[in-house]
Amino acid sequence: MTVLDVRAWTVVCRFDRLLPERGVAALVGGEQVAIFRTHDGALFALANRDPFSDAYVLSRGIVGSRGAVPTVASPMHKQVFSLVTGECLDEPGVAVPVYEVRVRDGDVEVAVP
Amino acid sequence: MTTQRQLVVVGNGMVGQRLVEAVRQRDPERRWRITVLGEEPRPAYDRVALTSYLTGTTEAELGLVPDGCYDGDSELVLGEAVTRIDRDARVVETSAGRVVPYDALVLATGSRPFVPPVPGADLDGCFVYRTIDDLDAIRDRAGHVASGVVIGGGLLGLEAANALLSLGLSASVVEFAPRLMPAQVDQGGGEVLRRKVEELGLAARLDTATERIAAVDGGLRMSFADGSSLDTGLVVFSAGIRPRDELARAAGLAVGERGGIVVDEACRTSDPSIWAIGECALAGGRVYGLVAPGYEMAEVVADRLLGGDAAFLEADMSTKLKLLGVDVASFGDAHAATADALEVVYADPVGGVYKKLVVTDDASRLLGGVLVGDASAYAALRTMVGQPLTDTPEKLLLAGPSTSDLGDDAQVCSCQNVSAGAIRSAIHDEGCADVASIKACTRAGTVCGSCVPLLKTLLTQSGVEANPALCEHFDVGRAELFDIVRVTGLRTFSEIIARHGRGRGCDICKPAIASILASLGSGHILDGEQAALQDTNDAFLANIQRNGTYSVVPRVPGGELTPEGLIAIGEVARDFGLYSKITGGQRIDLLGARVEQLPAIWKRLVDAGFESGHAYGKALRTVKSCVGSTWCRYGVQDSTSLAIMLELRYRGLRAPHKIKAGVSGCARECAEARSKDVGVIASENGWNLYVGGNGGFRPRHAELFASDLSDAELVRLVDRFLMFYVRTADRLQRTAAWIEALTEEHGDGLAYLHRVLVEDELGVCADLEAAMDRHAGSYTDEWAAVLDDEEKLSRFVSFVNAPEAPDPSIRFVTERGQIRPADGAPVVAGPTLEVVRR
Ligand code: SRM
Ligand SMILES: Cc1cc2nc3c(=O)[nH]c(=O)nc-3n(C[C@H](O)[C@H](O)[C@H](O)COP(=O)(O)OP(=O)(O)OC[C@H]3O[C@@H](n4cnc5c(N)ncnc54)[C@H](O)[C@@H]3O)c2cc1C
Ligand code: SF4
Ligand code: FES
Repeated sequence: MTVLDVRAWTVVCRFDRLLPERGVAALVGGEQVAIFRTHDGALFALANRDPFSDAYVLSRGIVGSRGAVPTVASPMHKQVFSLVTGECLDEPGVAVPVYEVRVRDGDVEVAVP
Repeated sequence: MTTQRQLVVVGNGMVGQRLVEAVRQRDPERRWRITVLGEEPRPAYDRVALTSYLTGTTEAELGLVPDGCYDGDSELVLGEAVTRIDRDARVVETSAGRVVPYDALVLATGSRPFVPPVPGADLDGCFVYRTIDDLDAIRDRAGHVASGVVIGGGLLGLEAANALLSLGLSASVVEFAPRLMPAQVDQGGGEVLRRKVEELGLAARLDTATERIAAVDGGLRMSFADGSSLDTGLVVFSAGIRPRDELARAAGLAVGERGGIVVDEACRTSDPSIWAIGECALAGGRVYGLVAPGYEMAEVVADRLLGGDAAFLEADMSTKLKLLGVDVASFGDAHAATADALEVVYADPVGGVYKKLVVTDDASRLLGGVLVGDASAYAALRTMVGQPLTDTPEKLLLAGPSTSDLGDDAQVCSCQNVSAGAIRSAIHDEGCADVASIKACTRAGTVCGSCVPLLKTLLTQSGVEANPALCEHFDVGRAELFDIVRVTGLRTFSEIIARHGRGRGCDICKPAIASILASLGSGHILDGEQAALQDTNDAFLANIQRNGTYSVVPRVPGGELTPEGLIAIGEVARDFGLYSKITGGQRIDLLGARVEQLPAIWKRLVDAGFESGHAYGKALRTVKSCVGSTWCRYGVQDSTSLAIMLELRYRGLRAPHKIKAGVSGCARECAEARSKDVGVIASENGWNLYVGGNGGFRPRHAELFASDLSDAELVRLVDRFLMFYVRTADRLQRTAAWIEALTEEHGDGLAYLHRVLVEDELGVCADLEAAMDRHAGSYTDEWAAVLDDEEKLSRFVSFVNAPEAPDPSIRFVTERGQIRPADGAPVVAGPTLEVVRR
């Protein structure tokens, strides 16, 4: 039996378009997704909405690390989120959705359920 | 419920005010109602710091009365002296005819300066040095004369003479004794002190008795016992103090032979319902002319009023001179009056250092000492008086004591009577991690400041040494990182963090390094890797707002704007549907721009001859100006032109925090320059430069740094000041906080800056000027540069996959005819109507 990959992948932009350690926002099926490229070329995608300020701005935060975890700091009031899990590292219990993201033939693709 | 009893306090000086606070603290049930009657027209102020009033500290900054101190259960009556005490009726009468009953009466009337009975001592131009009013009068007179003489070479006399110097007068001190500060230092120390004082520019005449003062053409002539004379513009008497015991005397209370209201251990006078504290009291046969014993008396009386049994026994008479550039301190039994005391002296007349320790005859305990020229060990030595010596006297003299074995009982702050134990507990139990919080928590270090070095030592010993580390990625602070980057020539974040840090950085170290790189002139702030370091405001060259839109603030140098310019800004606001508002910085803010609109807005502004400005970024903001001599009937210099020149020179300069400046055309100060980091105020002869002001959470006035500068001199000095700040301040430390930090490190931050930036003590001035020249010479409009760069331009979109699409989450409503961010759910009816803007 073959399992069908039912996730819908949306092409967002060329990988080269992403600056290392910065994010961009994309509109995918009505959702705002923040996509980040870290220094080693890895990609992460979180919801763009900052749950603290209710503004859609996470893609414009500063990318960095806390311990070994790659992070982004909200540009509004600087709460730090894990790029891997979406959890807020400064405020336990708060998290933002995480999306799958990959590169295919130089294109960045995001899957929004 | 018990009825409230009435406490009346005569005098709202330092000690009287302390009493009120001490009673309030111990009396939460408000058993006492308090009335304070003060003769001076203003609430209690810091008399110890009085001299700083002449160098820019304001009356408000000197104020000691906390907000809300006087409420329903206490009142403060000012400008009324108590003229009589009626002990039988238990009332006092005031100069305004008010009659106030008391259950307990506390006299805190302080002392008055002693004016020796020299003929002519009451002439115009003769002053004393005790109150803000005295200083106002001295300052007025100083504006019209060239020189001043202080009679009395004691602690206060020297302070007053130094103040005359700071008012621009040539100053001398006349002292009856054969040495300066005769009460504190011995002959050897006095000699070193005289030389130090003369180096400061003060002339000292010792062994000199003044016989007469006479008015001569436009001034005063002092004649001395040896037949010589001296002409001067003003005379200040500082020949000691006399307790103000006149009320007590008239009421028949016991007073001392040489003055002072006699009190017992409880600070009670010969009438059990009357107490006396501070400089008016004669306690244990002694009048204390220092604030610390007065504070202790206040605490004793507060305790007694509430049923306690505290006692005032004897107090420390240690003193340290607060003179710019001269270290003098004496503590304990400085004159070796104890039987068989031994003196150990170290004197280096060439180096200008004299130190003496007084020890017991078996050299086992420290009794006191004198330090001249180098008083660095003062705070620590003082705490050891009466204690066993921790080392041989010679070693203590030369190396100073180690403070590690400071017992918990050792008094660290004598002004506020705080022990080492209390400070340790503030550190461990209250979590105080820096000097500022120890001050707030224990009050230590808040009066004369001489114990601050010890506070730092105690912090360090407790292992909470102020950690300079920027964040988890760098172990060094900003200043050190600046030097590393400058010296190594590393210009990318990856290299810097790989060699000097760890991890991939964060929202603290990345912008800090971005700012350092920008200060060192590393091209456009969005070039290469730098783009990834910038905070969102710098990344989009505009200020983010709460709904994710941005504001644009066109630069308006000096606030000068042509009608065409105004119209152009108005048209931009109208065409892009932006909210507009006049800012507090003489500019116009345009708010509500979406990311993708920013370049088009800048384009329109550039075409109209503007550039966008920094309302974001740790950089120069605005140089505010007034209309100045060009228009104003009072102006003495062209403040507008200077402001424009300064704004154009320093625009774009990246710094540890934002920098604001202001230029006023005369002393009326309409540009509020003294609330800026750099304030310039016109004088008849040029410009006066003030530094270190800010508004914000903790407002501070800038302090005078140099006077009567030409345009060129001013610019050079501001170059040096700003570049030194850029290089050495901590991240997010504005100039005022930076100068405060320099004070903690070097004694007097402003004096230190003067040595570095005016006298060029570190030999860095040429380099600082050259760095600023490079900045000014390489300035480019960073907004216009984006317009010319396709790649950078492409980042200004809301969505990478839909460059034209506006962010649908951004919604506005209208209010007073302009947009504002919509709150919560869309409003569909009512006075405000939602509009989704395209
Ligand atoms: C727009 C303006 C208010 C206004 O409508 O008038 C304003 C707005 C902001 N101020 Fe301010 N300040 C404005 C004048 C002031 C002033 C008055 C002045 O400059 O004469 C002060 C007090 C003076 C001072 O700075 O010492 C002032 C003290 C602050 C502070 C506190 C600074 C401090 O040292 O305590 C902050 C917070 C900070 O910078 O960390 C701040 C921060 C801010 C920020 C940048 C906060 C932020 O990051 O979003 C605001 C955003 C501006 C924007 O989006 O355009 N703003 N702010 C004023 C812009 C002036 C200009 O043309 O540049
Ligand atoms: C320039 C200067 C520098 C100093 N430096 C130091 C220092 O470095 N260290 C130190 O320890 N001390 C210093 N002192 C001394 C210190 O200021 C005093 O010890 C302290 O102010 C004493 O407080 P007090 O409340 O007893 O008297 P004051 O502060 O003089 O207050 C007494 C108040 O009572 C008022 N008053 C008097 N009579 C009446 C009346 N009949 N009715 C109503 N009000 C009345 C007076 O007007 C005055 O306001 C300095 C003093 C001066 C002037
Ligand atoms: S500061 Fe002086 S010159 Fe400037 S506007 Fe005010 S009064 Fe006029
Ligand atoms: S000793 Fe004066 S403030 Fe501490």
